Amino acid sequence: MSLQSNVSQGDEIRSPKLGLTGWARWIWSQVTSMRTALMLLLLLAVAAIPGSVFPQRSSDPNGVTSYFQNNPELAKNLDGFQLFDVYTSVWFSSIYVLLFISLVGCVVPRAAHHWHAMRGEPIETPRNLSRFPAHLTKASKRANVLDAIAQILRARRFRVRVTKTSVSAEKGYVRETGNLLFHISLLGVLVSIALGGATSFSGQRVLVEGETFVNNLVGYDSFSPGAWFDSKQLVPFSVKLNQFKATFDLRNKTNVGTPLDFEAFVSLREAPNTKSTDSLIRVNYPLEAPGANIFLTGNGYAPVLTFRDSDGNISFSGPVVYLPQDANYTSLGVIKVPDAHPEQFGVISFFYPTAAELKTGAFTSGYPAPVDPLLSMNVYVGNLGLDNGIPSNVFELSVHGLKQVAGGKSGTKPITLELGNSAELPNGLGTVTWDGLKRFASLDIDYNPMQIWILMFTVFAFFGLFISLLTPRRRIFARKTATGFELAGMSKNDDPKLLGLLEEIAGDLKVRKK
Amino acid sequence: MKDVLLDPVLDVYSVYAIYGAMALYTLAFLTFVWQLSRLSSANKTLRKTAGQLEVAALSITVLAFLLHGAGVVMRGIAASRVPWANMYEFSISGSLVIVGIFLSAWFVKEIRVIAVLVTGFALLILGSATTLFYVQVKTLMPALQSYWLVIHVTVAVLATAFFNIAAALSVAYLLRSWGWLNQSNLSIAKLTKRVLSVFPESKKLEHLSYRFNVIGFMLWSFTLVAGAIWAERAWHRFWGWDTKEVWTFIIWTIYAGYLHATATRGWTGARAIWLSLIGFAAVIFNFTIVNLFFKGLHVYSGLK
Repeated sequence: MSLQSNVSQGDEIRSPKLGLTGWARWIWSQVTSMRTALMLLLLLAVAAIPGSVFPQRSSDPNGVTSYFQNNPELAKNLDGFQLFDVYTSVWFSSIYVLLFISLVGCVVPRAAHHWHAMRGEPIETPRNLSRFPAHLTKASKRANVLDAIAQILRARRFRVRVTKTSVSAEKGYVRETGNLLFHISLLGVLVSIALGGATSFSGQRVLVEGETFVNNLVGYDSFSPGAWFDSKQLVPFSVKLNQFKATFDLRNKTNVGTPLDFEAFVSLREAPNTKSTDSLIRVNYPLEAPGANIFLTGNGYAPVLTFRDSDGNISFSGPVVYLPQDANYTSLGVIKVPDAHPEQFGVISFFYPTAAELKTGAFTSGYPAPVDPLLSMNVYVGNLGLDNGIPSNVFELSVHGLKQVAGGKSGTKPITLELGNSAELPNGLGTVTWDGLKRFASLDIDYNPMQIWILMFTVFAFFGLFISLLTPRRRIFARKTATGFELAGMSKNDDPKLLGLLEEIAGDLKVRKK
Repeated sequence: MKDVLLDPVLDVYSVYAIYGAMALYTLAFLTFVWQLSRLSSANKTLRKTAGQLEVAALSITVLAFLLHGAGVVMRGIAASRVPWANMYEFSISGSLVIVGIFLSAWFVKEIRVIAVLVTGFALLILGSATTLFYVQVKTLMPALQSYWLVIHVTVAVLATAFFNIAAALSVAYLLRSWGWLNQSNLSIAKLTKRVLSVFPESKKLEHLSYRFNVIGFMLWSFTLVAGAIWAERAWHRFWGWDTKEVWTFIIWTIYAGYLHATATRGWTGARAIWLSLIGFAAVIFNFTIVNLFFKGLHVYSGLK
């Protein structure tokens, strides 16, 4: 406010331009004030809350989908306020952008001021020392008492300025250095995160035992690159999944079926035509490949199935990835057979590693390892809609417009199948054979070149924070009085030891005298 | 991790030890209350006996702490790992650390008055742990099999403990500087006032709570960073706005606001103290509501 009134007083007649600068300066001083920073911090905390209440597209896309299904009207409105993308929303972003503008506006002048303070002398001794939070007066007859105090303060590593009648000393400049380091490093973290988002990539691939992943765009099931990422940067390494081993507890009664370990035994070939090396990927222990880290994020079963038509011609053969639905690996698989005779059909199938029959006649799995594996299948005939060129989810079968011929209300029981056996399909569709059981691993292939910078700035921020919170910054003043001298101290923050320090200094003086 | 042999019997003994500790904490709590009432008594001879009661209450607290510690250690041995992999274990370990820090700060005279709050709180945590959060010993799921479990969670427990003691001091501060209490003529207000007159000055309480909050904040920052480093290893991203990450961030931001408030004119004193209490409310919310009812990757309560 004071800035604005100053401007309008002096420059009323000249031009409105200066009034504008006055306003700008006023706004700037408001934006960069501590009070604003505090408000923005609290606002940011409040703004982050909805992201934990509503499912977020970034971390829980399925949750968002089911929210839309359960409350379509409400979801639409919430989506209008970007409540499913809180952390990339306009309002959340504007708060932290403002916060960082405020931070820059605060840090830059402070850094300049600190630079000068560090090179200059301590400030002049104020007139009235008795108003300081810590203050004491002592009697002394020594003539050179101020010099002695100055010496004591220097010995205590204060920076000291001595005049004829007073001493001014300061210590703990590193507190401000740490504070600035912390805030500048936070800027570094934010910039690195932004740059990392643009230069990184993340991709997923489901790999069945025996399959090989080659690191190019075709090799991924899904791939999300940053804006500046060029797929030519992908290093053509390859990873073959030799074996996947899952260990579940069978020994401890209270713990039966709890996963103990997941191990993906792989061979990594760093470039085509080079020798491959065997490695192990576990949860928490990713594999470092050239230009990417490979993480194990999921696993499950892939029964190997063969479908034959009534003439014995194979219409489908191979492992099918079944997605686990519960802790005991009851898994759901979808098979689409567009080349079948006499008509196309699709299968929605459940896999039970250790099958147990419920009272209702339905099956469930009692243990996650394949002790007594069983498959059940519901069969649908009709146009699968695969020929119209629209990409469809391989894990979903849209049964709309299809006719169910096995399972459900079709009147025919679902097909159940044990490992190694074959079964007849209804409607003359042929047979299905369960040839074998493989496992699959879901891999995440990630690369973020800025990650090391984010870590480095975080470590710097940490150092800065520690230094600034743990070092006191103190100013101590001494002045001659008629009967002796007075000492006063002030501190950047609440500092209960200050008065004790003054007493110590006065005590040191006595010792010196002797 | 292969072939772990859990020991459910030892876990039963661990629970007994926790129950025993709860009984002792109750006793210590009551003795501290008794001591406070003596201290604030108008009768001089009664006031003098308060010192003996304090020694008695402290001894009981130390005994409770030792039994509590035995319970935590037995739980760890029964599970053959660190005893803080689910809510029950986090509660018993966390409250142990709170009491431990409080006991090691006993030499700071001004802090002793919050003994009532600390023993009462430990009792509350252990009570909810044994009745609401209890689960049998389990092995670690693969995502938790990392040395970061030791680092990240230990520091989180420590941070929570420091925030907790700071919060107790803040409550004491607010009571001490409550205008109504100082003016009211109601007998209950007078009684409370007499009890509070035993407390350190509000300035001292403010300073102590600031110190504990500062240490808590540094530890919380470390928890956040260590969590991010671990998340990169376990979940292939260092930050994903998982509900627990969101709340860790919210708590960090509130306490950062508190630290700014202590340096902002017009915000020091009661306002800043309130802010730190909001921060602590977020810590509690994060540990209870977020753990139990929010969907996310940090689903380690082990409860169904």
